[in-house]
Amino acid sequence: MTVRWFYYAAPQTFYGLAGRLWPWLAAIALALTMAGLWVGFGLAPTDAQQGEGYRIIFVHVPASWMSMVIYLSMAFWSVLGLTFNTRLSGMMTRALAPTGAMFAFLSLWTGALWGKPMWGAWWVWDARLTSELILFFLYLGYMALSSAIDDVRRADRAGALIAIVGAINVPIIYFSVKWWNTLHQGASVSLTRSASMAQLMLWGMLLMALAMWAYTLAIVCYRVRTLIIEREGHTDWVQALPEVAGVKA
Amino acid sequence: MNAFFSLVARDLRLAYRRKAEVLSALFFFVVVAALFPLAIGPEAAMLRQIGPGVLWVGALLASILSLPRLFENDWRDGLLEHLMLSALPFGLLVLGKICAHWLVSGLPLVALAPVLGLQFDLPPDVLGMLSLSLLLGTPVLSCIGAVGAALTLGVRGGGVLIALLVLPLFVPVLVFGAGAVQAMQSGLGAQAHVSILLAMLLPAVFFSPWACSAALRIALE
Amino acid sequence: MSQLQVIALGCERGGRPLFATQSFSLEAGQAMHIEGDNGSGKTSLLRMVSGLSQPASGEVRWGGQAIAEVRHAFFGDLLYLGHSLGLKDELSAVENLQTVSVLAGQAVSRQQAFDAIQSQGLGAKAHLPLRVLSQGQKRRVALARLQVSKAKLWVLDEPFVALDGAAVQALQQVLQAHLQQGGLLLFTSHQGVNLGSSVLQRTLTP
Repeated sequence: MTVRWFYYAAPQTFYGLAGRLWPWLAAIALALTMAGLWVGFGLAPTDAQQGEGYRIIFVHVPASWMSMVIYLSMAFWSVLGLTFNTRLSGMMTRALAPTGAMFAFLSLWTGALWGKPMWGAWWVWDARLTSELILFFLYLGYMALSSAIDDVRRADRAGALIAIVGAINVPIIYFSVKWWNTLHQGASVSLTRSASMAQLMLWGMLLMALAMWAYTLAIVCYRVRTLIIEREGHTDWVQALPEVAGVKA
Repeated sequence: MNAFFSLVARDLRLAYRRKAEVLSALFFFVVVAALFPLAIGPEAAMLRQIGPGVLWVGALLASILSLPRLFENDWRDGLLEHLMLSALPFGLLVLGKICAHWLVSGLPLVALAPVLGLQFDLPPDVLGMLSLSLLLGTPVLSCIGAVGAALTLGVRGGGVLIALLVLPLFVPVLVFGAGAVQAMQSGLGAQAHVSILLAMLLPAVFFSPWACSAALRIALE
Repeated sequence: MSQLQVIALGCERGGRPLFATQSFSLEAGQAMHIEGDNGSGKTSLLRMVSGLSQPASGEVRWGGQAIAEVRHAFFGDLLYLGHSLGLKDELSAVENLQTVSVLAGQAVSRQQAFDAIQSQGLGAKAHLPLRVLSQGQKRRVALARLQVSKAKLWVLDEPFVALDGAAVQALQQVLQAHLQQGGLLLFTSHQGVNLGSSVLQRTLTP
């Protein structure tokens, strides 16, 4: 089992695997998105208290989940990278970061869009939204650090370290923000408590979450392939690739 | 142990001979604290309300300003490599540098804050809690900030980059530090806040040298 | 079993190997002179042997054990002098020497530090901040370390740079004494060096 694992850790083999996977993943993502949106915007009933506006949760909640799951994945790959010194781990983390940041931003934006009709304010200092904002900053920090360092190997390893430090701090940050929120009696944006969750609503969110998962996997495969070509450009097997050979200057 | 103190003493001696750097961060704290009343208005009741927060944020920003200095000088003249190759444990030496840094950059903030607190019309017991919370909080800031400084050693845009990396991680300290002062102000008692600050201090002091050593090795490869 | 063993050490720069993998061993009383063009990786090799950088491949062994495992013991036996001298401009020569010896785990007294500085001909300036010294004088302060060091393995990167004739002679004598006492020496230099006993030569090529 370990042998197989390390086999795919080599950029050359992963390149091939990712190349075969991503079109399928993209197709699955598209299908799930359509299903999820249909359930969320078509089938799910109108909420008694919040009217039609609540439907934004079908994007907001899965996006929040994804932003956290992706950060944990980044931390996971970072640990692997620092322990086993594999080049692929650094590439996976770098590929995940922009997507994670995008979901965090999407979550914040949809949170604001949802808040406006509900409480009349574009931004509410709710514990979860504030934690999400800080998570967004953590993403930005990682991306800034890894792009500021010229040496690729050092950039990967420094990024890995900050990702791990960030991941360890996320529960602490969440706890302190919750404390801060209750202390100052801020508004509580509770999406799951206000509406009694109809079965259908949960299905809708789940489908959207899976769609976002598939999208993430597809885009990460695609990005890692690009990174591999960039970084291993001097090796024979990359020079021999059809997509590269045609571009030869 | 002797070596630890001699290293701390050395760093203190160096800071003394380079006073300007140290003092400018402190003056920054003073200036920032003055900016808020200028921007918002001098009405006493409001100043009392925002005082703890403003002073805590000012101390935070002043701490961040002093972080690039932590490893930069030793890195430039090659002494950092000697520290890494020392027969003494590298983590211990890093802890020594962080201690010296806090004594020079953090402790003066603790002393200066109550003086600035008078500008915000805060009563003596609140000023006392302000000092205590900063006394417990600034070492944590130095510890966490050191990891940021180590990762960005020699990187372009270092100062702002450190701030971006480290500010999200500072949030818990800020929340409980400023919260302690506000709790004191509203008469609720700040024991819980102080205990939590202590609970953050011990792991920070314990894990930071280890994380910094790893970050410095990465930076020096 | 050789004291210092370098086994298939490789270095990478920009994803490409910098030089052909190096394997050699060094015994007590031996010196090795690493030669090569600018940019051939001499400094990188010395840094890898000292444990400052991780090699892309291969390993370094001290007393038969990988240096990663016996870090503490290895660093106690090692003295590394790189391009940057590790001296602080704000401290005096004596203070600098004391700091560095404390780090090496062999604290020297003020008097011993002063004596070492004086033997380099810098007694008059021993207590002034280092920034008043010339580059060559600063180098001599760095080399004063060699006199108070009890380390077995000396790894010196271009130690003869910026030294005048007399200082070069003095340094050669110090290095010879070190070898005679059973020490090991690994160094790079663009100039020709006369160290009495036969010195192993090695040239780095891509």
